[in-house]
Amino acid sequence: MSSYTLKINKQTFQIDAEPDTPLLWVLRDRLQLTGTKFGCGIAQCGACTVHLNGVPIRSCVTPVSSVSGEVTTIEGLSSGSGLHPLQQAWVEHDVPQCGYCQAGQIMTAAALLADNASPSDDDIDRALAGNFCRCGTYIRIREAVHTAATYYNAAAEGSL
Amino acid sequence: MSRLDVNRRGFLTASGLVGGGLMLQMTLPRPALANELPIMVGSKPLNPYVSITSDGQITIYSSIPEMGQGINTSLPMIIAEELGARWEDVSVVVAETDAARYGLQGAGGSTSLAQNYQKMREMGASAREMMLSAAAEFLEVRRDELEVRESTVVHSSGESLTFGQLAAAAVRQPIPDPEQLSFRDPRTYTLIGKRIGAVDNVAISTGDAKFGIDVEIPGMKYASYTRCPRRGGTVQRFNEAEIRSLPGVLDAFIVEPDTRAGISAYFVNGLPELQGGVAIVGDDTWSVFRAKQKLKIEWDESNASSDSWQDLIEFARQTGPEAGGKVLKDDGGVDAALLDPANRTAEGLYQCAFVAHLCMEPMNCTVDYRVGKDGESDRMEIWMPSQYPFQVQELAKNMLGMPPEKIRVHSTRMGGAFGRRAIHDFAAEAIMISKISGVPVKLTWTREDDIHNDYFRAASFQYMKGAVSSDGRLTALDQHYVGVSHNGKAPTGSKLFGREFTLTGLDNSRVRHSYKDIITACGNWRAPSSNTNAFVEQSFIHELAVVADRDHVEFLIELMGERRWLDPGNRSALNTGRAIDCIERAAAEAGWGRDMPPDTALGLAFYFCHQGHVAQVAEVTVDEQRRFRVNKVTVAVDVGPIINMSGALGQVQGSIIDGLSAMAMQKITVEGGVIQEDNLDDYPVLRIASAPDVDVHFIQSDNPPTGLGEPALPPLAPAVTNAIFKVTGERIRTLPLSDEGYQLV
Repeated sequence: MSSYTLKINKQTFQIDAEPDTPLLWVLRDRLQLTGTKFGCGIAQCGACTVHLNGVPIRSCVTPVSSVSGEVTTIEGLSSGSGLHPLQQAWVEHDVPQCGYCQAGQIMTAAALLADNASPSDDDIDRALAGNFCRCGTYIRIREAVHTAATYYNAAAEGSL
Repeated sequence: MSRLDVNRRGFLTASGLVGGGLMLQMTLPRPALANELPIMVGSKPLNPYVSITSDGQITIYSSIPEMGQGINTSLPMIIAEELGARWEDVSVVVAETDAARYGLQGAGGSTSLAQNYQKMREMGASAREMMLSAAAEFLEVRRDELEVRESTVVHSSGESLTFGQLAAAAVRQPIPDPEQLSFRDPRTYTLIGKRIGAVDNVAISTGDAKFGIDVEIPGMKYASYTRCPRRGGTVQRFNEAEIRSLPGVLDAFIVEPDTRAGISAYFVNGLPELQGGVAIVGDDTWSVFRAKQKLKIEWDESNASSDSWQDLIEFARQTGPEAGGKVLKDDGGVDAALLDPANRTAEGLYQCAFVAHLCMEPMNCTVDYRVGKDGESDRMEIWMPSQYPFQVQELAKNMLGMPPEKIRVHSTRMGGAFGRRAIHDFAAEAIMISKISGVPVKLTWTREDDIHNDYFRAASFQYMKGAVSSDGRLTALDQHYVGVSHNGKAPTGSKLFGREFTLTGLDNSRVRHSYKDIITACGNWRAPSSNTNAFVEQSFIHELAVVADRDHVEFLIELMGERRWLDPGNRSALNTGRAIDCIERAAAEAGWGRDMPPDTALGLAFYFCHQGHVAQVAEVTVDEQRRFRVNKVTVAVDVGPIINMSGALGQVQGSIIDGLSAMAMQKITVEGGVIQEDNLDDYPVLRIASAPDVDVHFIQSDNPPTGLGEPALPPLAPAVTNAIFKVTGERIRTLPLSDEGYQLV
């Protein structure tokens, strides 16, 4: 058991954990940040996606001992009190069905939009290739990412 | 008055006696973006589904488990419509599991909407009448001078009172007689048929939505469970001391199998639902998952599965097309028609693999088992993501003799279900782990547990033979289903019914079936039976259309014959007129017959199941390396009037993508009793880049609305393979297509 200081969603947490404990289970079982989901445990489904220093990572295969920097989870994605543009677009396009994979989809998409504010369908498909949705909401995911991109760009131009 | 009506009356009457504040379990955000909790304290419901507070907040209770089918939105919409509520004023709250108050709280077979539609209308209309009565009393005017709109009762003079202003007076009004209720003219609907976003969307998109796996209760510990790789094996001993010494591990013990745990009331699967295994209890999920990897278990495999996919294929081959099998239906004349030299014939052996459910949320269950003190009997509280949560009471009664009133069941949101969460082996395990360990536990399955211990879509084989006459009409069909059974019983999804439409409208048809007992568990998988039978039937009809040198659309419509209910008097049966309308609409919208590049073609299929009529035309491009892409699927659906247009469209899009994923690449194999696939690295699934365009056309006939969780899935596979045939000339009779060397791109 070792002690770790984690910066998550702009808050600092001190936790004791075995070094090999995946970040996923620290978030879920220790910090009750259950928006990040367990899907496969082998980095194949994307449900556990969080940002580490802005980069999307699979928290199910990321040992807590290797985490250095700022972690952002779905709970911390929106910086203000309202919804993040992607969350807003997800609601407007009525994307979720069962909803279990959607936090991971949104976190991956958020990293894409941070890099590429006007992604094509191909860009979206490439970025989200690792996020599985068993309900098959892919069509609306694509639409929602495009809509969110317009919000990003409007915000960048100061009109939102 | 019919018995049903008496029950409805009793339901409404009883409900007026029950106070509020009993049922808050999980709050969902309002349809708008507000996040306040509904104010329930001090309010009194108008009936079990509707409560209105003096601040104008309307709470509607959702009583059916949500698995992504959108039921938390569609059923409350029906109530809100009849009530005259403005949707922005509505909060939806998940109801407790309470049969006395809500009746059957289960979700499966695409039945939730059909079974609850009328009840929801009555609940909304009844609450509306109480608002009107209160307003008439308040304003001292006649009832017929009042009308309801936008959460307000308006008098012909223009005077109006809001629902909030009327709330306190409304609950004192007599409960309306259900026989006297009137319903809105659909032409005046403001909600039904519109695109309404799911009420849970904000919670899901922000990570706030609570699934079963997110449950946390005071004092809770975490559990893993390890069963024999060969189903049916039991534990002799394991490295208990070593496991107990691992970090974070609190307890480890053997759980014996229990054959009484099988639930027989709804789903016959012939298998015990509690497999023997080793439970590990610990401080967090990771500790018990890691310890699970260190288990060394000596199994008693004397009764364990030796199932083999290769043996099953061999069995199907040996069973052969010619003889044997139990006859399910035989009109006579089949052999003569097949041998008649004037007829043209086709034949083939179809094969469908086992498929896993792969719900995004792995199976889990949280149980707080409390030993009774001072002679009191034991009791427990259960949190479970389940399609039929109330059934756990029957399970506990069978296993433990615990009476239902000692069990409190909380139904949680499900991260997908697709039929898997109709079976409660995970609950049986969690109950025993909490009971034995003496602490509240959350049992979480790993993805490997989830795949290895699934109740798969049953594998099946079908020998098909058919004859068309010299004038190109179908004259005979011979079908031999070779499937799997458990202890002599065919599990759900492992059969033909003999009343498929092709067999009903023909003079010469014969259906036989043969079964091989296996231990590998099979069960309900989205559109059970239909998802494989549609592939076989609709592919083979295309084979016969080709043999007859007929246009597929024309041939299929001709098979439907005159417009009629196929089972006279049964309005849940296939209606050939509705079928024809769907086929014609899908073909027209897809541009059937238009010029295509040589590597691209349109394939057609129609299927009827779960009271839904669905035709699909798939546009598919195939290259020289057998890589195929489904560019677009055009769909015509008749499930009666659509309640939530957005939800309905989502179900069809999802069904097509799910159907494509399964038919293209999904296959579970078993050898030596061991499931060969473990996780998503060796069990591929469709990813976003392969998602086709989906163009949906709803034919909103005047039939009562029925469900859409399943009926749009079955036609997809044959629509795609029929298109591939038109490009390549290769008839695909095997699912998944990856077994035939085809790769979805």
